[in-house]
Amino acid sequence: MLKEKDKIFTNLFGDDAYSLKSAKKRGDWDNTKTLIKKGRDWIIDEMKKSELRGRGGAGFPTGLKWSFMPKDPALNNYLVVNADESEPGTCKDRDMIRNEPHKLIEGCLLASFAMNAHTCYIYIRGEYFNEAVVLQNAIDEAYEAGLVGKNAAKSGWDFDVYLHRGAGAYICGEETALLESLEGKKGFPRLKPPFPANKGLYGAPTTVNNVETIAVVPTILRRGGDWFSSFGRKKNTGTKVFCISGHVNNPCNIEEEMGIPLRELIEKHAGGVMGGWDNLKAIIPGGSSVPLIPRNICDSVLMDFDSLAEVKSGLGTAAVIVMDKSTDLVKAISKLSHFYKHESCGQCTPCREGTGWLWRMMEKIGEGNATSTDIDKLLDVTKQIEGHTICALGDAAAWPIQGLFRHFREEIEESLTKIRAA
Amino acid sequence: MSNLNDNFSFNETNEREAEKILAKYPTDRKQSAIMPLLDLAQRQNDNWLSRDVVEYVANFLEIPFIKAWEVVTFYSMYYTKYNGKYLVQVCGTTPCWLRGSDQVAKACKEMISPDQNTLSKDGLFSWMQVECLGACVNAPLVQINDDYYEDLTYDTTKNILQSLMDGKEIKVGSQNGRTSSKAVS
Repeated sequence: MLKEKDKIFTNLFGDDAYSLKSAKKRGDWDNTKTLIKKGRDWIIDEMKKSELRGRGGAGFPTGLKWSFMPKDPALNNYLVVNADESEPGTCKDRDMIRNEPHKLIEGCLLASFAMNAHTCYIYIRGEYFNEAVVLQNAIDEAYEAGLVGKNAAKSGWDFDVYLHRGAGAYICGEETALLESLEGKKGFPRLKPPFPANKGLYGAPTTVNNVETIAVVPTILRRGGDWFSSFGRKKNTGTKVFCISGHVNNPCNIEEEMGIPLRELIEKHAGGVMGGWDNLKAIIPGGSSVPLIPRNICDSVLMDFDSLAEVKSGLGTAAVIVMDKSTDLVKAISKLSHFYKHESCGQCTPCREGTGWLWRMMEKIGEGNATSTDIDKLLDVTKQIEGHTICALGDAAAWPIQGLFRHFREEIEESLTKIRAA
Repeated sequence: MSNLNDNFSFNETNEREAEKILAKYPTDRKQSAIMPLLDLAQRQNDNWLSRDVVEYVANFLEIPFIKAWEVVTFYSMYYTKYNGKYLVQVCGTTPCWLRGSDQVAKACKEMISPDQNTLSKDGLFSWMQVECLGACVNAPLVQINDDYYEDLTYDTTKNILQSLMDGKEIKVGSQNGRTSSKAVS
């Protein structure tokens, strides 16, 4: 279990104020200038040493991603922070924004400096209105204290940070859709290449990072990349904020060591599965887009990128959705299918048409009005969507259904047979 | 309810706010300001956008009307009709559903209107089912205008709605007494 002294987000629950004064007491903005004076290469090197992998879901190594940014000072590079937290099950960034906004803002300065960016936009989901108010207050405090703005934190680096509110579109969590949205357009994902590091916001080199990725940067630089990588295991390092929802006794967010066993995570922090571990049916371990895993896998799996990939699921956003034996799994996944149907931007035909088709078929199965052939067809359609769209929303719509039938097909077919017989 | 949208224009406060918003983006990238400006206009106009209002914002940014209208219809938080003084959005995505969002919706049906997107008899309320609001460890929840009400049950939902109807103050956030997303111990 992660020790209190090793937690990065000591005010995750807002027991203390979010204000600059309180944040400074917690160690934020402590001599930020000296970190910057150590130089761009030192920062990127520490980030590489930390082995931090992006916390938005894809898990790409952060230090490496930063190193892709062009170093030509004549270019107008941007850092864009993805605070469009919308993946069902996920609500970690919300707590960081409303209770630890200064960790995020300080991280923005350090990351922007490392990537030769003088401007940063934070794109926050529109529904997080109160969180946006807090973050804007914190940004204003930082400007007043000279921590951002001209000669930010007396480092010699000019840095502006702006907050931009979204307006209710899951797709804007996809980095290029987010950039389109920030440019004042519909959130249609862009074809890649070119990747944002070459042509991003306003055609300029841009890196898009998740809130948690940026908010852990100041602590990593203060305590060292080696400190961060001492948690977890190789390539799956650090601490991580997990969101535990669904059928547990005490749903919560919690910062823990990467690679904690799933069962331990739930039993230590969320009061266990309702009705006990034996009452567990299945868990979606990383937000709605990753395939569920049945109880026998949950017994022993570790919560990190590679362990969950080995069992054909994923860490995603580390949003753990627990479902006990009372759950109608077809209905639970069908609701996710409805979500993807609703959130498909409509740009690519396989996704626009396919997500609706998947949902209608899932509903049919839920009503008992389907056969084994229908399930075959359904799985075939998921394969036709997966990999055939500009962005990963199509894949995300396909995987939960594939996961459901990978582990529970027999059980679902049995119940369909029973319904037909009745 | 405001029906008189001819000649809509930002009031003085919002005029200043709009200038502040524009200053966030490069001067040759004014279109970037469309989302915050539509939001600002919507707030000034009883939380909905008529064609006139959208035309005003498009003119303000010197972009074609259709560019603005595309944005209005793409994002779910712009409303093209009046939704009452209180818009109740019930999250029904899986994490909320697992913890009883159907009961929350039932309370809304009984207290507001049997159908979604329909004004209550007094014209002050409407409700709608929405997708994930991103507060899943505090499920189930509703968003009423700008605020989240979390850890709900059928009864607490009814209490909240009744309090609003009676003009009483209600506590925003978790309704089961806990702090934010911390586990009840």
